[in-house]
Amino acid sequence: MKALVWHGTADIRCDTVPDPRIEDGRDAIIKVTACAICGSDLHLYDHFMPGMKSGDIMGHETMGEVVEVGRDNTALKVGDRIVVPFTITCGQCDQCRRGNFSVCERSNRNRKLAETAFGHTTAGLFGYTHLTGGYPGGQAEYLRVPFADATHIKVPHGVSDETLLFLSDILPTGWQGAVQCDIQPEDTVAIWGCGPVGQMAIRSAILLGAKRVIAIDRVPERLAMARAGGAETIDFSQDNVVSRLNDMTGGKGPEKCIDSVGLEAHATGSLDSMYDRVKQAMMLETDRAHVLREMIYVCRPAGVLSVPGVYGGLLDKIPFGAMMNKGLTLRTGQTHVNRWTGDLLRRIEEGQIDPSFVITHTVGLEDGPAMYRTFRDKQDGCIKVVIKP
Amino acid sequence: MSQTHARTPVRGPTPRPAHSGHARLARGLGWFSIGLGLAELIAPRALCRAIGLPGRETLVQAYGAREVATGIAILASHDPTPWIWGRVGGDALDLATLATGYEHDNPRIGGLALATAAVVGVTLADVACVQGLTADKRLPPPGRFDYADRSGFPRPVDAMRGQAADFAVPADFRIPEPLRPWTSGAPASGRSGVPA
Ligand SMILES: NC(=O)c1ccc[n+]([C@@H]2O[C@H](COP(=O)([O-])OP(=O)(O)OC[C@H]3O[C@@H](n4cnc5c(N)ncnc54)[C@H](O)[C@@H]3O)[C@@H](O)[C@H]2O)c1
Ligand SMILES: [Zn+2]
Ligand SMILES: [Zn+2]
Repeated sequence: MKALVWHGTADIRCDTVPDPRIEDGRDAIIKVTACAICGSDLHLYDHFMPGMKSGDIMGHETMGEVVEVGRDNTALKVGDRIVVPFTITCGQCDQCRRGNFSVCERSNRNRKLAETAFGHTTAGLFGYTHLTGGYPGGQAEYLRVPFADATHIKVPHGVSDETLLFLSDILPTGWQGAVQCDIQPEDTVAIWGCGPVGQMAIRSAILLGAKRVIAIDRVPERLAMARAGGAETIDFSQDNVVSRLNDMTGGKGPEKCIDSVGLEAHATGSLDSMYDRVKQAMMLETDRAHVLREMIYVCRPAGVLSVPGVYGGLLDKIPFGAMMNKGLTLRTGQTHVNRWTGDLLRRIEEGQIDPSFVITHTVGLEDGPAMYRTFRDKQDGCIKVVIKP
Repeated sequence: MSQTHARTPVRGPTPRPAHSGHARLARGLGWFSIGLGLAELIAPRALCRAIGLPGRETLVQAYGAREVATGIAILASHDPTPWIWGRVGGDALDLATLATGYEHDNPRIGGLALATAAVVGVTLADVACVQGLTADKRLPPPGRFDYADRSGFPRPVDAMRGQAADFAVPADFRIPEPLRPWTSGAPASGRSGVPA
């Protein structure tokens, strides 16, 4: 089959690779009908995330039709239409039973690596680093879904792929980012990053009843899409974010702050960003913490910081004194996808939201490698790429 | 389900090379730095003789160490731009040093001129590279894409605010009780953990 394969920094190719086969009784194989490129894939493309190997198949936002089912899997049958959550979940361990699917204790087959890096294992993820199992991803014609009897979202026929696909990741990720804020009707929610995750977080915050949503980015068309979803916007290449946010909130600061940027935060000429870049180049620091620093500094005391943006390793110069003295609450995590998807699927079917608004490009697999660069460099108005193998 | 919002058409790919030429040039300059640096470290005497600047061996070796370090940084970093700027600075130092050799009695004036021409050439390449890398990072001109119609909602935003208020935030995702808004001595949620 054809698949998008990682070969090194900024080197993804459309290769011919062996078809996946059932390896365990709980597995299923799907024929991929649609998949997408995610901001998390960019961390692999730019090789900020450790633990990639040449030959790894990319992709963790996938949906398709079940074409083969393992003999112990009674939950699925051939012909079922499923969206595949990016977190692989066993459904039975202590964490899965609590709904903490992204920290499933069993699905990471490289548990030892993760324990060394993070202290404990986290869930296996599709098309991601070997720290999270190194499972082949879904930017391919076929995908093997391990633990498929628990790792799936059954979706009805008759609704388009485009409307359902993002149940795999960005919709529940934006949703959890907002839910982590426990939004109150009087709240101002500030959201850093207007990529696909930020866009979903904006819509979620509105649906959950935030009084005001303020979104921050520098890409004009992303800011325009944020405004379409009900956000006021700040262009961080034009304005000082902290003083703008203080101005807009009468000096009080936003009650809730969401980081949907992550470890590749961009900063225009600020001192801390130069520092981060030099340390990163010398391999003394892995992640750039510019957004976290701004959030801690500007958040209203007793407020909440929600961090769906991905970090991989070590951060430096975190104003933890401000964090502690202001009594801020910090909530983070890879998304517990299945915890939210039942409810979100209902909201899609009832017409509360149609997440396909974010799609700007649709291509075939062979154009995937070029689209990685277009998406990373924000060229051609690109916000979200869907691939139809 | 029907599409509820008007939609600017979804586009296919625009053909673009997978690697930028400037990034490739940067890598070339990185390897050049390492090569030149090693020569300066290993054979400072021969180099100094060729350009008629005897007695500068230690300085040339220090420059060599600088070249090697910059070269490695260029090859290892995700964004070589600051290190190419470092090379431009280094080029200026090199030229200043070479300039001290232009005296009438320098028997190797030809070698010196050759070396100067080479450094000038490399400086131009460094400057072009830094400008190219910076231009690559610049965003495309705004305003070509109109996403003002892409709300994702079936009705105007204000009609959608709070539509998911039926959602019960799970207990483990709620703000810690002590941090909930506190009005007239009781949490706004109405639940009280207060001593009477
Ligand atoms: N927690 C999860 O489960 C989960 C799931 C999906 C994605 N993510 C992460 O969410 C983040 C965003 O994903 P995406 O798909 O939207 O990616 P993206 O790269 O398209 O979006 C990031 C946006 O942040 C903006 N940005 C950069 N620096 C900024 C700054 N200093 N201030 C404000 N904005 C800034 C960029 O211009 C860009 O528009 C990534 O880190 C991704 O890995 C997490
Ligand atoms: Zn993702
Ligand atoms: Zn589990």
